[in-house]
Amino acid sequence: MWAIALLVFREVLEAALIVTVVAAATRGVLRRGWFVGGGIALGVLGAVLVALSASLLADAFSGAGQELFNAGILIAAVLMIGWHVLWMSSHGRELSRQMQALGTAVHRGVSSLGLLLLVVALAVLREGSEVVLFLYGMRAGGADHLWAGLALGVLAGAAVGFGLYAGLLRIPLRHFFGATNAMLVLLAAGLASSAARYLIQADLLPAWGQPLWDSSWLLGNGSLLGQTAHVLIGYDARPAGMQMVFLAMTLLALWCGARFMRRQQTPRVRSGTTPSRTTSVDDAASNLGQRTLA
Amino acid sequence: MKALMSTVLALMLPLLASATEVPGYTLTLKDHRYQPAELYVPANTRVKVELVNQDPSPEEFESDDFPAEKIVMPNSRISIFIGPFKPGRYRFYGDFHQPTAQGTLVVE
Repeated sequence: MWAIALLVFREVLEAALIVTVVAAATRGVLRRGWFVGGGIALGVLGAVLVALSASLLADAFSGAGQELFNAGILIAAVLMIGWHVLWMSSHGRELSRQMQALGTAVHRGVSSLGLLLLVVALAVLREGSEVVLFLYGMRAGGADHLWAGLALGVLAGAAVGFGLYAGLLRIPLRHFFGATNAMLVLLAAGLASSAARYLIQADLLPAWGQPLWDSSWLLGNGSLLGQTAHVLIGYDARPAGMQMVFLAMTLLALWCGARFMRRQQTPRVRSGTTPSRTTSVDDAASNLGQRTLA
Repeated sequence: MKALMSTVLALMLPLLASATEVPGYTLTLKDHRYQPAELYVPANTRVKVELVNQDPSPEEFESDDFPAEKIVMPNSRISIFIGPFKPGRYRFYGDFHQPTAQGTLVVE
């Protein structure tokens, strides 16, 4: 039972950390709970479907189906988080002002909430499908206390997520969205690095140095702390060079993008006129918001 | 046009050559153990590892030391590309049966 609980815990932990950061980043937003809960439910459903079609997936694209599927999911998550980060860098200040004025609830939607629901769903789907396949194998092998192990693992993983969330809530409101936005950027960079791993093992990308460095004496990938750091900041004790290229490119793109969005935002607030470029982004964002919140 | 074509082909030749010259190695999973438990591969070369799962349950071939994370279904096989490595020892394991499914890649 303990072996089952431990594996389930490790998979749930990874998804829980991602869900927690997303939940914190959308704190105080209208109907946020429904979106996060819906994302988790969608992810569990997806996980079962993916596990059921695992053989099909394994044979697709002359054996590279699994890698392409995982890399595709990860890159999609990076793009969706990236969109939200850029949106927040032009609306975040306004949002935290509202939250400070009204207490904690913001009575308006965040346009990229729908995208973040998908990020939650994809995180749960990816880790969940592994859990389903593992449990299937254990059941075939006649393991005892399967359900107890599953329940224990899920509860423990979720507990860590709630613990992190409680910790994040202690960040002062003034700095809150700045902090969660930075966490989202690091999360996206780490996911990009994981996508590179899959593309390397499918021989679609070169490794460019294997390993680039070795810090496993300090913090190993297999340890709980190493795994947590892997999810939250993209830490890897023995990374391939290409992984760090993906990580750095994501950090750079989002950092520059956020700066650009903020600079676009400033003159509009001051002069009261709206530059055309900002308008188009805002319109796209609010259209999206109406669709997802409708 | 012809010159362009031949230039493109000439540029692609090393890619094709590298794709065909990757040395292959086979690992077998039986009773949730890797056979051989120590796989010797040459340094500074890209290597293709074929993993044959003879067990009736799925397994996930995974490593913390190099990019490798792939599920292999019961009684089926997968292949995965790894390296080029610097000389050393790199551990891999089966995520679903960690107590027994442990192996080491010895790069020389």
